[in-house]
Amino acid sequence: MSIHKPLPHDAAPLHVTGEARYVDDIPTPAGTLHLAFGLSTVAHGDITALDLTAVRAAPGVVAVLTGADIGHADCSPSNNDEPLLALGSVHYVGQPVFLVVADSHLAARKAARLGKIAYDEKPAILTYEDAIAANARFEEGPRIWSRGDAEGAIARAPRVIEGRLEMGGQEHFYLEGQAALVSPQEGGDMHVVSSTQHPTEIQHKVAHALHIPMHAVRVETRRMGGGFGGKESQGNHLAIACALAARLTGKPCKMRYDRDDDMVVTGKRHDFRIDYRVGVDESGRVLGIDFVHYTRAGWSMDLTLPVADRAMLHADNAYWLPDVRIESHRLRTNMCSATAYRGFGGPQGMLGVERVMDHIAHALGLDPLAVRKANFYRAATPAKSGPGTGKRYGGAHSPQAPAHEGPQSTPYGQPVEDFILHELVAELEKTADYAARKAAVADWNARNPVLKKGIALTPVKFGISFTLTHLNQAGALVHVYQDGSIHLNHGGTEMGQGLFLKLAQVAAHSFGVPLSAVKITATDTAKVPNTSATAASSGSDLNGMAVKAACDTIRGRIAAHLAERYQCATDLVRFGDGVVMVDDRELSFAEAASSAYEARVSLSSTGFYATPKVAWDRIRGWGRPFFYFAYGAACSEVVIDTLTGENRILRVDILHDAGASLNPALDKGQIEGGFVQGAGWLTTEELVWDDKGRLRTHAPSTYKIPACGDRPRVFNVDLWNHENREETIHRSKAVGEPPFMHGISVLMALSHAVAASGDGAVYADLHAPATAERILAAVARQRGTA
Amino acid sequence: MSAISFLLNGTPVTLTDPPPTRTLLDWLREDRGHKGTKEGCNEGDCGACTVMVSDQRGRRALNACILFLPQLDGKAVHTVEGLRDPDGGLHPVQQAMVDHHGSQCGFCTPGFVMSMATGQINGVTDHDTHLAGNLCRCTGYAPITRAAEAAARVPAPQWLLDQTAPDFIATALAQGADGGANPRTADDLAAWYLANPDGRLIAGATDVGLWVTKQLRDLGPVAFIAGVEDLRGVDVTDDAIRIGATTTFADLLPAIAPHHPGFAVMLRRFASAQVRAAATVGGNIANGSPIGDSPPALIALDATLHLRKGDSRRAIPLADFFLDYGKQDRAPGEFVEAVTIPRQPDRLKCYKLSKRFDQDISAVLGCFNITVADGAVTRARIAFGGMAGIPKRALHVEAALTGQPWTQATVDAALSAFAQDFTPLSDMRASADYRLQAARNLLIRYFLEDQGIATSVLEVEA
Repeated sequence: MSIHKPLPHDAAPLHVTGEARYVDDIPTPAGTLHLAFGLSTVAHGDITALDLTAVRAAPGVVAVLTGADIGHADCSPSNNDEPLLALGSVHYVGQPVFLVVADSHLAARKAARLGKIAYDEKPAILTYEDAIAANARFEEGPRIWSRGDAEGAIARAPRVIEGRLEMGGQEHFYLEGQAALVSPQEGGDMHVVSSTQHPTEIQHKVAHALHIPMHAVRVETRRMGGGFGGKESQGNHLAIACALAARLTGKPCKMRYDRDDDMVVTGKRHDFRIDYRVGVDESGRVLGIDFVHYTRAGWSMDLTLPVADRAMLHADNAYWLPDVRIESHRLRTNMCSATAYRGFGGPQGMLGVERVMDHIAHALGLDPLAVRKANFYRAATPAKSGPGTGKRYGGAHSPQAPAHEGPQSTPYGQPVEDFILHELVAELEKTADYAARKAAVADWNARNPVLKKGIALTPVKFGISFTLTHLNQAGALVHVYQDGSIHLNHGGTEMGQGLFLKLAQVAAHSFGVPLSAVKITATDTAKVPNTSATAASSGSDLNGMAVKAACDTIRGRIAAHLAERYQCATDLVRFGDGVVMVDDRELSFAEAASSAYEARVSLSSTGFYATPKVAWDRIRGWGRPFFYFAYGAACSEVVIDTLTGENRILRVDILHDAGASLNPALDKGQIEGGFVQGAGWLTTEELVWDDKGRLRTHAPSTYKIPACGDRPRVFNVDLWNHENREETIHRSKAVGEPPFMHGISVLMALSHAVAASGDGAVYADLHAPATAERILAAVARQRGTA
Repeated sequence: MSAISFLLNGTPVTLTDPPPTRTLLDWLREDRGHKGTKEGCNEGDCGACTVMVSDQRGRRALNACILFLPQLDGKAVHTVEGLRDPDGGLHPVQQAMVDHHGSQCGFCTPGFVMSMATGQINGVTDHDTHLAGNLCRCTGYAPITRAAEAAARVPAPQWLLDQTAPDFIATALAQGADGGANPRTADDLAAWYLANPDGRLIAGATDVGLWVTKQLRDLGPVAFIAGVEDLRGVDVTDDAIRIGATTTFADLLPAIAPHHPGFAVMLRRFASAQVRAAATVGGNIANGSPIGDSPPALIALDATLHLRKGDSRRAIPLADFFLDYGKQDRAPGEFVEAVTIPRQPDRLKCYKLSKRFDQDISAVLGCFNITVADGAVTRARIAFGGMAGIPKRALHVEAALTGQPWTQATVDAALSAFAQDFTPLSDMRASADYRLQAARNLLIRYFLEDQGIATSVLEVEA
């Protein structure tokens, strides 16, 4: 058995020895050229003069390209609105204007600084207010989804609470910057190595830019040094630039962004402003709620529409919102184009309603967790057991719901059939000792005039599937060689999450062989075509099922062959422990493979998977966008300094639902890492643009992701570990994004600590990221000294 | 013609006329084909390029991206390629990282491994401090610190301990046309600087490195001065503590801790282990940055700066060295020899405010040295970084405190003086309002701490 085991990352020995190859580590032929962009220095304007004389004359420069040379080579994943190089006008500081091709990375970077660009500057739209006033937006107007009569329900409610929450964006800060290497092949074909979560998109965009069929472009990705959504679309520019330069020069071309360029040029998490009005009863239950989302999408559309949609889709998080209206404004601004980032809008939407729960609790003088629980969706209804599991869903923590009550539905009409947070949160309350610690925090605060503690427990319910339904498909290609070794390929990409290992575990399990029998190979558009991005946490769900399908096909052929050869029923051929049992005869897997080969049985198969049940109308905001939900909860305790706003995360307890985990070690890694990244988003990671639209935090010296000492002192992470009620790969659940949102518990704990600094008369009203400065300002409001 | 020699993973390397600002990282990756050492940020902030550098004074983890080749003369360098044992087995920290799931994407891993291997040899137990200069975006650090703790429980491999600094002596560099000078004595340095008054002195290169890697500047004639033996070290006498200009912060920290523990507490958060092992006190002063962390502490201690040009020397109060933003009282060809602190009873506290606790640049650094006798303030020395274009004393605040009873009322009365001393700027690190408010509150913190009230979030447990 290889599945459900805490095996170390397949590449760990390569990581620790430095042997793991990333794009910039691949040996290149002599004569390889290196690229760098010359960037816009203004946020909005027309280019009136472009003097590149000094650039062309700089040492090592081979060629310089402009928009006029290449026309509209489009880099957009959605809207054909991102020319590789500016075409007459620029729309943000950092937009590529010209492309330098030189004999070294350093020569290209140096030359790129020498361009003289004159602009006729135009007013730049930088703020929410600017964009709203100018009606600068994507789509014709706001998207509005509603159910029932939110306005009426709010008007009739005993209590109405309203407020506004602002939350910042987030730089991905993958440790490996964007990179691509393109080698021209015979007949004008291109071989691309890209640090991308989406090789098919790279293939498609390179083919489009070169006006050649997709079959002429082959893209390979062995691994990324981190992605987090930042390599879903943002690698297009480098691959396209390299392909154009490779065609021009006939030489292999490589491009990697220097870190500062990477941070200035590429998109980040969407920041959001959320206005809310909620009507509640005296117990804090929501009767009607109205959300207005605003997001600054940047200069081009990129993936903003599905990101903003997903924010709306998570405006409920874990809560039944009977009458609800959600309005979403996707604003066009003169900034880098915001893009995919772990959670893809989900965290932003979820933070909105968690803020509402916190605010309700304050207004009614209730415990925030009590308010949260009072608003939870109804508990899961028991599911029929799935084929092959033999187990009822829920196990020891079987749902408590009365049989006569059906599931409640999300604001977009999807019944929440698998809601397990009643039991999961109860368990976490117990293991984290929430009630006693909350009382201890109050005691501690009474004794400490300067330092104040806070504690909060928040839930996560995250929808799993691409909301663009057709993306919910995957392919795999599996070969069994006559010595019994197995070559595994699939459409997913490895960015550190351990996808390749999980899929190798699936393949090894299918054939009953040790993991070492399976060779994990680079994602390759020539092996598996038309893949979706490795995104939306879907990597193992989609590709795992495709791998299993391919393996099952080959295993079936081997079984049929052996049954015929040894004259027994096919179901008496069993695979396991590295051997194949044919009735009571034992063959090694290699012998079985060799036997099948000699009998001219195909030992290669593709596999394919399409997620069932999903159907979604994004304009109406109605349907079943998600196959299932992943759940979890986190309890965070923090301390703040009321003199400076400095703060620490003292203890975190997380209980997370990864279904029947394919690999508990990898899943815990996703949870720990996701939490810290989520906490970073809401605390120290502050993106600062100045009034000229220049990003002032474009390096790790100024943009502060969590460091080693920022992880919680006490950090307890456990898996819920019950089977997914839906038929996913070995009943596991997706785990890439959901744990990120456990970071919300930190902001809520900070809110609690801020409230403890005064008499609690005013709400803490803490915006994100809750930097020391914002916390000090919130403390001042509590104390009436603001 | 000039040449430098060093050991790379045990193998002697001699480079003739190396470009003086060629970084070790670029040389390793582009010239040597050693791709294990990664470029994450190219400015010494992420640690992905960490290597181990050894000489007779010990082993340190350094950032290869801002380490120029001439700085390696006479040293031994280990990269991640040189960490497996001679039989090809994994080093204990490598094995611990595998066993504890310490790598996900793996890109930061070689840097972590090198920091951890150095820490293991040096007996490091405070992993948070030691690894603050290595950023990881995947794991949340928990498995990495588990690995570090596991590795700390086993001895460093003998074969690696045996590969110490080379037995050849660093070449006393003949000066090439643009190869960079490598003086070994202060006299040599003084002579070179007199002859090259427009030249650039490079000690740790932790700031100058970025002029090259980020600003892509040509530095002109340079001298590498970290090897100037008689400018290095901390000398404690009955009257003064003398800190040589090329003393690194890694060396200063344990030397100053017994005398001014508050200084040491702040230095623990000064940049990262990699940067502290390279950056020098003289560099941090001469650089003139308004946000260098050592000048405010030194000014609060009434430090004297010792400058030398040719054979002439002068000593000035350190506070007077900083004239205006980017402007210091230093003549061409004149360099910092040392800074001295008068011996005094310890009353120093240094409060560093930054967005992130570790490895961040101060938004505000407040250093307070307030002497109290018989319930009254007899002397106050207060200096700030981040509050003006230079590291600056809070003269009005000092005056408001001096001679007054050491009470909350005195503190409260002194708060209004901050606005007379400082009109800070707003930038990406903090707003002017926050800086001024927080600066005031740091005086309150100093007072409350004196009364035994808990004021540090770093000392709180769940």
